Amino acid sequence: MAMQESNLLEMRHINKFFPGVKALSNVDFTLRKGEIHALMGENGAGKSTLIKVLTGVYQSDGGEITVDGKNVAIRSPQDAQNNGISTVYQEITLCPNLTVAENMFIGRERGPFVRQKDYKKRAAELLGELGIPARGTQQLGDCSLAVQQMVAIARAVDMKCRVLVLDEPTSSLDDKEVNVLFNLMRDLKSRGVGIIFVTHFLEQVYAVCDRITVLRNGELVGEYLTEELPQVKLVAKMIGKDLEELKSLGEVEEKKSDIKEIFYEAKDLSSSEARPFDFNIHKGEVNGFTGLLGSGRSESVRAVFGADKVTGGQVQVNGKNVRITKPIDAMKNGIGYLAEDRKRDGIIADLSVRENIILAAQVMKGFFRPISRSEAEAFADEYIKVLNIKTASRETPVGSLSGGNQQKVILARWLLTHPNYLILDEPTRGIDVGTKLEIQKLVLKLAEDGVAVTFISSEIEEMLRTCSRLIVMRDRNIVGELTGADLNEAQIMKTIAGGEAANEKEV
Amino acid sequence: MKKKSKSIFQGGLGQLTIPVIAIALLVLFNLIRDPSFFSIGITHNNDGNAVLAGNLISIVNSASELAVLAMGMTLVTAACGGQDISVGAAAAIAGSTFVKVLKSGGSISGLTVLAAFLMACVVAMLFGTFNGTLVAVFKIQPMIATLILYTCGRSIAYWINGGATPTVSSPILTGIGSFIPGIPIPTPVIIVVVVAVIFRLVFHFTSLELFTQSVGINGSAARLNGINVTGIKLLSFIILGLCVAVAGCIGVCRLGLINHETLLLDVEMDTILAVAIGGNSLGGGKFRISGSIIGAYVIQMLTITLYAMKVSSTDVKAYKAIVIIILVVIGSPVVKSRFEKMMRQRQERKVPVTAKGAK
Repeated sequence: MAMQESNLLEMRHINKFFPGVKALSNVDFTLRKGEIHALMGENGAGKSTLIKVLTGVYQSDGGEITVDGKNVAIRSPQDAQNNGISTVYQEITLCPNLTVAENMFIGRERGPFVRQKDYKKRAAELLGELGIPARGTQQLGDCSLAVQQMVAIARAVDMKCRVLVLDEPTSSLDDKEVNVLFNLMRDLKSRGVGIIFVTHFLEQVYAVCDRITVLRNGELVGEYLTEELPQVKLVAKMIGKDLEELKSLGEVEEKKSDIKEIFYEAKDLSSSEARPFDFNIHKGEVNGFTGLLGSGRSESVRAVFGADKVTGGQVQVNGKNVRITKPIDAMKNGIGYLAEDRKRDGIIADLSVRENIILAAQVMKGFFRPISRSEAEAFADEYIKVLNIKTASRETPVGSLSGGNQQKVILARWLLTHPNYLILDEPTRGIDVGTKLEIQKLVLKLAEDGVAVTFISSEIEEMLRTCSRLIVMRDRNIVGELTGADLNEAQIMKTIAGGEAANEKEV
Repeated sequence: MKKKSKSIFQGGLGQLTIPVIAIALLVLFNLIRDPSFFSIGITHNNDGNAVLAGNLISIVNSASELAVLAMGMTLVTAACGGQDISVGAAAAIAGSTFVKVLKSGGSISGLTVLAAFLMACVVAMLFGTFNGTLVAVFKIQPMIATLILYTCGRSIAYWINGGATPTVSSPILTGIGSFIPGIPIPTPVIIVVVVAVIFRLVFHFTSLELFTQSVGINGSAARLNGINVTGIKLLSFIILGLCVAVAGCIGVCRLGLINHETLLLDVEMDTILAVAIGGNSLGGGKFRISGSIIGAYVIQMLTITLYAMKVSSTDVKAYKAIVIIILVVIGSPVVKSRFEKMMRQRQERKVPVTAKGAK
């Protein structure tokens, strides 16, 4: 049908400025009816900004938006909704203490009276129709993240949305949950909803998307049909570089696991969040913790750093008994920890890049020995250069940087403390391919220099590329340790799932 | 004039924009109203010293306690994201302690004054620790935690001197409360400068500023970077305690007596206001002590301007409220971002012209 090809949403010549930065420059974007359209780009490419302009969070500094051929002005999220544009963000923005049904209708009451009965009925219909495995009366907080995500989508659908924006909806979902979500997306697509899908997972783009629009440095690179753009070319377009670098990283280097001295050793270490476990790491070794979400991998490394309340166990650093009960103890023993949740546990958003970089080093140096301004500036400049941090200046508040660059700032913070052992918990989550590669390279280089590194990632290929030893966790217990020839995806899956391999290696 | 305003708006002052504009507007208003408002003369006080006199002097002088308290309050606000509403009551306790020690000896010498002041500091810091513990250790919201001392503080002050309002007189105390012979500047003003300099030095020789801001902006991240979050919050209350002792003692020296019911009455709200007018977020995080000091002077200047306009003291509060609403709205994020956008658009309009010129 001709309708199928009609343009549902057109954004033309969109510009957006932030102090010192041109975040979007003359960007065009077109969404057709019944289409799943991926918006791709590295961090700082302008994806989030474009989405926020579309959804009324930001106001554009130029350009026009048409919905169904009609010019619209979107000045607030309310305007966006009135124009049939709904958004589901990466972080779930619903209320976990309300029921599923309440969440679906909250803020949409007509008149002052809440008609619980109607809502429950309507919610049940909608959940059934979309095949969402939840009951309207259930508390949202009790549902899995995927279901919460789907409830957010159901809410959007019920608001008669024509354009649905999914901003990294899959980053905290496991494979099964992702598939359920994809089915829901395909279903919506068949109903004529246009979906804008923002993600960092390339495979997912190829699994569901019809078209891809690539942005780079706030500019439009191009719009492509998915089948006409092979994955490698897509990556090249996103990072705007030749593929040489990508290839070099593709070759898995032979990872040496020649036994060096043990740097850190824990026996029966436990914390308020982690069950007792044994663990050690050698100088210059890169190891990884793997397992499904909630398997206890983050909790274990947090116990090593003293981030949660340590409840027991013996710890040796460099062969000497030490007590690590709080972060500063760990830091004084040469341990650094890049936390999983960058926003909550990493950046000090309102402070400058400079202040964020020197923070941990300053804490170690001591309260009464402040790092001088000129020294701090020199450190900041050095790491901005070394890590290629994209920032307007060293005095820019770190919160205004893109995710990947924020992550680099935190990396710089820990590198500046010159750690002997660096724990990186999901350092590459939600950041672009180019930065991911840079971080992986950095990890390998650190190990070469004799630094012990623990690297945690949800992406198994990434772990295989960097780690020489993998500790596998399931249900908050260590269920296996893989090295050498066992380091492959199949073996990891088996161990996680609890097959034969796990039994052989059980500690 | 035009050039100057441009530099203010383009980030030269940042956070200080609002308080500086407020001061400038008040000055301008008074200039138009009555230029003699600003006249500063030299008169001879009761002791026969040549001293400075005039509205400006009395503004700066009478804002001293407020300015000292505002400095401490800024730190508490930044670290804890909340305010201490017990500073007035705590100052009454500190002042009572000060008088109690002065009264306990025979004659008042320099040494007894020093001892009395140190005792007042210790007591005020103890009460600061009490507030701080509730906030930092028990994680009670600052306003609720300090409500306790706010309610009972003046009763405690009452007990210290057995319910009396004893007077103390000594040339030393007069020297602290008004003028030191031979120096024409009011002593409280000098004390404010000294306290401000001490703050500056502390920020220079310790990491207090960085740590306090980190704790206020993101406590969880600060903890994972090894900062003792509880310690920093507690410290901010203890430092505020010191400021309270200084303010309480100035108050006592001014009057030569302690009245636990009226000493620095209602000062807590003006203190919080000074912090807010100074462009500091009351939700904690980034702060500038200098902003709060200017804020204190804005409040005092406003009060004295109103008095100079013969507004009755009952009406002053209402007029003050109007001006403050205006200031707070101008300083709100909504107005700020609108304004920044306006400035940027104006700049962009200029850019193409110069670009053409270059070609």
